[in-house]
Amino acid sequence: MTKNAEKKKLIVIGNGMVGHHFLEQLTSRQQHPHFEVTIFCAESRPAYDRVHLSEYFAGCTAEDLALGNIEQYRQWGSEVRLNDTIVEIDRENKTVTATSGISHPYDQIILATGSYPFVPPIPGHQQERCFVYRTLEDLDAIHAAAAISKSGVVIGGGLLGLEAANALKALGLETHVVEFAPGLMATQLNDGGSALLREKIEALGVRVHTNTVTELIEGVNGQLRMQFKGGCELLTDMIIFSAGIRPRDQLAKACGLQTGERGGIVIDSSCRTSDPNIFAIGECALYEERIFGLVAPGYAMARTAVAQLLGEKEYFLGADMSTKLKLLGVQVGSIGDAHGRSEGAAAITFVDEQSGVYKRMITNADGKKLLGAVLVGDTGEYDTLLQYHLNDIELPEHPEQLILPATDGATPALGAAALPASATVCSCHNVSKGQIVDVVAEGCHTLVEVKDVTKASTGCGGCAALLKNIVDEELAALGMEVNNHLCAHFSFSRQELFHIIRVEEIKTFTELLDKHGAGHGCEICKPTVASILASLWNEHILEQSHVGLQDTNDTFMANMQKNGSYSVVPRIPGGEITPEKLIVIGEVAKRYNLYTKITGGQRIDLFGARLEQLPEIWSELIDAGFETGHAYGKSLRTVKSCVGSTWCRFGVQDSVSMALHIENRYKGLRSPHKIKMAVSGCTRECAEAQSKDVGVIATDKGWNLFVCGNGGMRPRHADLFATDLDDSTLIRYIDRFLMFYVRTADKLQRTSVWLENLDGGLNYLREVIIDDKLGVCTELEAQMAHVVGTYQCEWKSAINDPEKLKRFRQFVNSDETDDKIVFVKERGQPRPATVEEIVETAESA
Amino acid sequence: MISAALQQNQKNSIAITHPQWLPICQRSDLVNNSGVCALWGDTCTKSVETANPTGKIVAKKSIALFFLPDQKQQLYAVDNWDPIAQAGVIARGMIAELEGELTVASPLYKHHFRLIDGVCMEDSSIRLATYPMAINRDTVYIDCNKIQ
Repeated sequence: MTKNAEKKKLIVIGNGMVGHHFLEQLTSRQQHPHFEVTIFCAESRPAYDRVHLSEYFAGCTAEDLALGNIEQYRQWGSEVRLNDTIVEIDRENKTVTATSGISHPYDQIILATGSYPFVPPIPGHQQERCFVYRTLEDLDAIHAAAAISKSGVVIGGGLLGLEAANALKALGLETHVVEFAPGLMATQLNDGGSALLREKIEALGVRVHTNTVTELIEGVNGQLRMQFKGGCELLTDMIIFSAGIRPRDQLAKACGLQTGERGGIVIDSSCRTSDPNIFAIGECALYEERIFGLVAPGYAMARTAVAQLLGEKEYFLGADMSTKLKLLGVQVGSIGDAHGRSEGAAAITFVDEQSGVYKRMITNADGKKLLGAVLVGDTGEYDTLLQYHLNDIELPEHPEQLILPATDGATPALGAAALPASATVCSCHNVSKGQIVDVVAEGCHTLVEVKDVTKASTGCGGCAALLKNIVDEELAALGMEVNNHLCAHFSFSRQELFHIIRVEEIKTFTELLDKHGAGHGCEICKPTVASILASLWNEHILEQSHVGLQDTNDTFMANMQKNGSYSVVPRIPGGEITPEKLIVIGEVAKRYNLYTKITGGQRIDLFGARLEQLPEIWSELIDAGFETGHAYGKSLRTVKSCVGSTWCRFGVQDSVSMALHIENRYKGLRSPHKIKMAVSGCTRECAEAQSKDVGVIATDKGWNLFVCGNGGMRPRHADLFATDLDDSTLIRYIDRFLMFYVRTADKLQRTSVWLENLDGGLNYLREVIIDDKLGVCTELEAQMAHVVGTYQCEWKSAINDPEKLKRFRQFVNSDETDDKIVFVKERGQPRPATVEEIVETAESA
Repeated sequence: MISAALQQNQKNSIAITHPQWLPICQRSDLVNNSGVCALWGDTCTKSVETANPTGKIVAKKSIALFFLPDQKQQLYAVDNWDPIAQAGVIARGMIAELEGELTVASPLYKHHFRLIDGVCMEDSSIRLATYPMAINRDTVYIDCNKIQ
């Protein structure tokens, strides 16, 4: 008997987000050896992130949104069939038939067929240029149509409709929203909240038509004419239907499974349909007469189904449909019974028409429990209110304090301590407070570690602040002082030290240590302070007072390699180099017997230089016009670029000139860690800008700016920060961004981790850099101007200074060289000899 | 002649009257709060006096010299060879105070070696040889009896 025959045959129909999560769960429970899984996916690609679908228009690619991939599924031991779906389930013989005609036996089926967009049966709705907003293919079609359109209409003023409207607006179209109900987002918001949302959206230039029923759509001179009940009409170039979703339950219906009156496959709390061998999860499932059109409940069903398959007693008992999001730039939050329909419900409402904020709490009759809430314009209290609601926590004596603006900064935010262990903190990954407390107790003592282990806050990120509170509180409870002190010698964080040095105009490490430190300093605080001094005052790193502070690489302005020799990297801005300069590099390498290798940053690294050779090598390079590449420093490394519009048929901007400009501007800037940048000449992104700290991608209107990406050990996709910038705005934002990072980051913190730890995240960063929320932008720019203005090539200054050159002696009392540095040849170039090889050489000599 | 000069016993120098104290380099070769490397042994070059009155033949040795002008003991000397990294790089390490002790952090893998006795703070079974040093006026002296 083969092993395969013992495996249960599991058919998963549908590979959307929930179907993917089911497979992930099955694998994480190490169940794949026990199941032979076949996945049928109607779309042409495996699961992708539909929640963030709109980001596809903001520069995200299909790969960025991808969740599953075929290779991964194979590793999990599952077979995935794309463009293939099940047309029939034969429950009697326990087989399914696919469109490809193949018939499969099964032991169990998971229906994760999801939903389809509801298109109201308006005459003429099948016109060309009428779209739905559901798949990447839909978005491609919308994008193509928008390119030749001036205006667009979205039918449907719900959550998805407003998403679609946002997309049309971002594509530059005059945008209308047509809704038959009296208000926008009628499911989530009450009248007051809905009215404010409308006001705010209209202020952005979106035209909202409520109480409007479309009766006819017809083509007129290449446009679409919409006729409304009551006689009004509207001419437009394209229409998107976004009037809600309907469960995809046809397959279930056809095989006789019980379905709801208005659609949906009926399931019980074990997620089983009326046939115990068939489960349904996600938006196709109907539990207690309800469809759950959010991803979190879908994931919960997926987990339940996996547990049930393994014979565990886990149940899906409905889910909270509270939601917080940003629609067309307006923050909206809805919790529980937003309409106050529960018996005895009482409401507390706060309206600030001036700044456009609407907040409403629904409490039970005695005002002790929170039943629901509506927040528009400011969702700052969402997390706190949600915890009160979900955990049935008794409200404070004056519950209105929870939504009133703080008068003395003392908003009674719900402390993490008040939450029970069972409280769900991260609903995307179903992480409870108890789990977080446990991993902290087990030794995860940083936010990053906790996120890594629990996955909390790695979904929508809405719980980030709460998670941080819990972790901090737990650390404190464990008697661990939550401190970010630099080291034993300074009881300050890097950010605090930066501030002290700037305000008190401290110029040396000794002065700082005397005034604010203790002891003699160490290899942590010395280079950190040296970097701050350099960022602020930009003196030469080999000045007397700075000498002992530098790491060896900074001291000798080269990168030490394993045998004590150094590598040398001349700056090659933007990766552009003349043949003459290439020849010089080649000649220098030959003369000093250096190993040469092209780096990932489009420059050339010369390895195997002895300490005493560095000044000579640099004097030759400088004569040929090279400058230091700062490969040794915590500073700007390279600005990678593609050839751009000058050569490339796809290029839309001159990426090389921009890369040169940027590299020459920021070279020499000392920062908390190294900084890498790139400029791509079109969206094909050949310079891989989205993996850099600062990435610039050309658009036909200017430049898109991406920030805080990272390659290496912990890759992070950069975030789109601002779009279609002109040259000077781009540089201004980068100036501010870099200086803000230099000022506020922790020691050795790359921009990616810095952003992840920045309270308020990307939005806060935008507020600081673009809206100048902190009022520091002028100062940041001035500081950058100082650094740019005082730039010097450190090597050029050093080779003209005999005092500085004194350090580049192998022995202070001899001209001999280090006989422990030995090279052997490999592939025509030198490499460090191994210990065994050194012994051999010594013996034969 | 040497002993006469040494007997002046300036601040931070020690009275050196025995002939095993030999010059190794100049004070101006030292770098404040940092390290330099000196070569010692029978092939040592012209710039310093290398005659070894003990008559021992001394193999060439790289010695890391650290100069801390603000400390009670200003000068420390340890082997330049990092036995963990297998490279002669200790002189290029940074001076670091660790658990109240002055150490040098080797630049390659950042192991800390105590300046006073060369013991590795991360692994006390590893120890760098140390050498008694003295400064007198402009010259730096080493106790050549201690060089093995």
